[in-house]
Amino acid sequence: MLMKSMLISEFIIERNLDRCIVCRACERQCGFDAHQYDPEDDVMVSIDENCVGCQRCSYICPTNAITIRRNPTELQPHAQWDANTIHNIMKQAETGGMLLAGMGNDRPYPIYWDHLLLNASQVTNPSIDPLREPMELRTYLGRKPDRVEIEETDGKPRLKTKLYPLVEIETPILFAAMSYGALSYNVCRSLAQAAQEFGTLFNTGEGGLHEKLYQYGDHAIVQVASGRFGVDEEYLNTGAIIEIKIGQGAKPGIGGHLPGEKVLADIARTRGIPEGTDALSPAPHHDIYSIEDLRQLIFALKEATDYRKPISVKIAAVHNVASIASGIVHAGADIVAIDGFRGATGAAPVVIRNNVGLPIELALAAVDQRLRDEGVRNNVSLIVSGSIRNSADVIKAIALGADAVYIGTAALIAIGCHLCQKCHTGKCSWGIATQDPYKTRRVNPEIATRRLVNLLQAWSREITDTLGGMGINSIESLKGNRLHLRGVGLNQVELDILGVKHAGESL
Amino acid sequence: MKTLKTIKKDGFPSGCAFSGILNRRGELFSGTHILDSIAQMHDRSNGLGGGFAAYGIYPEYRDFYALHMLYENKESRDITENFLKKNFYIEIEERIPTRSTRAIYNPPILWRYFIKPMAHRVEEERGTEEDFMVKCVMEVNENIDGAYVISSGQNMGVFKGVGFPEDIGEFYRLDDYQAYLWIAHGRFPTNTPGWWGGAHPFGLLNWTIVHNGEVSSYGTNRRYLEMFNYRCTLQTDTEVIAYAIDLLLRKFGLPIELMCKVLAPPLWKNIDLLPPEDAEVLKTLRILYGDLLMNGPFSIILGFENGMVALNDRIKLRPLVAAEKGEFLYIASEESAISAICSQPDRIWYPKGGEPVIGYVEGNGRC
Repeated sequence: MLMKSMLISEFIIERNLDRCIVCRACERQCGFDAHQYDPEDDVMVSIDENCVGCQRCSYICPTNAITIRRNPTELQPHAQWDANTIHNIMKQAETGGMLLAGMGNDRPYPIYWDHLLLNASQVTNPSIDPLREPMELRTYLGRKPDRVEIEETDGKPRLKTKLYPLVEIETPILFAAMSYGALSYNVCRSLAQAAQEFGTLFNTGEGGLHEKLYQYGDHAIVQVASGRFGVDEEYLNTGAIIEIKIGQGAKPGIGGHLPGEKVLADIARTRGIPEGTDALSPAPHHDIYSIEDLRQLIFALKEATDYRKPISVKIAAVHNVASIASGIVHAGADIVAIDGFRGATGAAPVVIRNNVGLPIELALAAVDQRLRDEGVRNNVSLIVSGSIRNSADVIKAIALGADAVYIGTAALIAIGCHLCQKCHTGKCSWGIATQDPYKTRRVNPEIATRRLVNLLQAWSREITDTLGGMGINSIESLKGNRLHLRGVGLNQVELDILGVKHAGESL
Repeated sequence: MKTLKTIKKDGFPSGCAFSGILNRRGELFSGTHILDSIAQMHDRSNGLGGGFAAYGIYPEYRDFYALHMLYENKESRDITENFLKKNFYIEIEERIPTRSTRAIYNPPILWRYFIKPMAHRVEEERGTEEDFMVKCVMEVNENIDGAYVISSGQNMGVFKGVGFPEDIGEFYRLDDYQAYLWIAHGRFPTNTPGWWGGAHPFGLLNWTIVHNGEVSSYGTNRRYLEMFNYRCTLQTDTEVIAYAIDLLLRKFGLPIELMCKVLAPPLWKNIDLLPPEDAEVLKTLRILYGDLLMNGPFSIILGFENGMVALNDRIKLRPLVAAEKGEFLYIASEESAISAICSQPDRIWYPKGGEPVIGYVEGNGRC
């Protein structure tokens, strides 16, 4: 039985027919069939209900004939039943399925970054001019003992204690876990190249490392997720850091699913699974049902790599995040990565994405303080992710207590993503979240690498400028330095959790 | 009664002058020189704090800890003395001699004790005698309102208060004392009215520290130290520097030269240029103890029983000058403070940022 869809199209395609030369580029570029050619009248026709608002057509149109707008159709205003809610119910009534989406939580929850203000020096303490003075962003990730023994050899101090290996990065910004499979090869290659060029790290996600990307292994964080895709001895030994993925901010407690149609030959080889089979990541690791099990996996990985690689454990920020993080540290992890509830994904059930987890700002503050209370914060590195939008967010994250941040969404935006949230369809018109060879060519790895390096450079410069203003010339003096933050418009509970004073309060 | 605790929130001092004179043979000399030296830099202070550290002043009680106390009232003294009696043998207790001067008014009750920790109390706390001392000092400072320990070392003492340093020196009759190491400080606090305990030097055991500057890494430094059970009750930069030094030297066992490389480490690009074995040490210290990097402008003099160390921040944002003549080593904020008391030094120099000047007393400093 055919039903006519009651969904109201979200976007309207405005086509200026005076300008349109019927080159049909929009038709070829659109991954969602929102443009069609009518041969009878020799005109382009818009199918508004297919449009996802990704702006690819308007970008590509040689005569600037296309404008994409939000559909101005107004429903009866209702504070409880807004258009989005009605739209979702309609969609579920028509399909009977769970709603899926890509990217991160898009609901208007508080953004704590925007309620934190930074400090600067005036008179009593000179600000430092980053154009004249050296500014240092170098950071080391991994396990650090409380102290080292020093001995004197031939009148010179020498280390008696050998440190567990640490990984050096030139800026406290890493590329977040994004798998080959969710993203195209060209995007993965660009992230790897940019990480190498700038002296930072990219993260393979759970999709394994493409054989051509092994050359970037020194700049790779190789993930071991519940599906164990692409995990073998060579893979583990190639990465700079191994990360056990327990969860991710967009879908805490939920596994992953790369549909078989996306598992093409190359992806199948990289992941170590038969071509065309669904790549299912179970919700929990089937060998981790407790913190003791996690400890076993951490040490199994250390054994497999001869104790030469720091082990990171990535979790989603959930209500008990501070004690979980503490458990992870005591289980032997060298790095704890925490992904906030705004963290993005290639596909997640909307109900999970929009309702589960914690803002990373609060999670970070709670974890950092807990680890300090236990006297172990200095022994491990803390990486946070899930909504880092700009250099100010990076600075605030470090001042709250992070060693470094992961950026995923921001990196994808740098290479063309317009946040249409349709990654899960595999139809990405920008060629980012798709395996369609016709579309993946749209990302030119050289150009994308340049854009990513530019982004890292721009943010790093902004960080040094801001640090200089605070009278700080090295990033380690910002870490956990919450006295350089003040809250604005926050209540006392929020201030207490963040460990910051309200704007207007002095020391 | 919360008066002392509330005004202890001292904020960050900014200006300041300091001066230090060390006789490297350990020979004692009078406090008049240091008074003449610090008086030269009158304009670097604002009358809200001055103080001195003197080493070698109590040779007859060298085996006792000399506790210099500052009390706001009789009640705080009673509580403190009860606490002391439970934990220490008290050899001597007396008023710290002062002379009345016009410039110094309304001083707190100033008392000193020569004490030894009771062996069984030290044992109960399962640490060294020094750990026990530190614990007791923190206990008094944190929990007894109106009482504050201004020094707690052996054969040394800190004398400080609200006023210009030369007036404070006169008030405490420093011309009557003989020491082999003198350190003086004049304060220019920028945030709050001065408080007697907030003047420099800051003393803990035999360590004293004077400081000029404002540490922009305070929050990072403090939160790191808190992990090692230091409680920063004064909320001053000097306090965190003192605790950082205590942690690095006493608990982590670093030599003084390397301790300085933690407070003011070389730039990464300079570490990268060193031979690999040298680079490894400095790199490791920076990675491990990066939270103790003192960022922002500072110059300090650290005094201890075996000598003194002067150190600048790594990009030299505060003045520091050193000179030597014979067995004397001089350190000051300004050259004038040295030339006032030493007309023809053998050598005078401006140490580079992050490069410590270290002067040791030959043999045992506790002479």
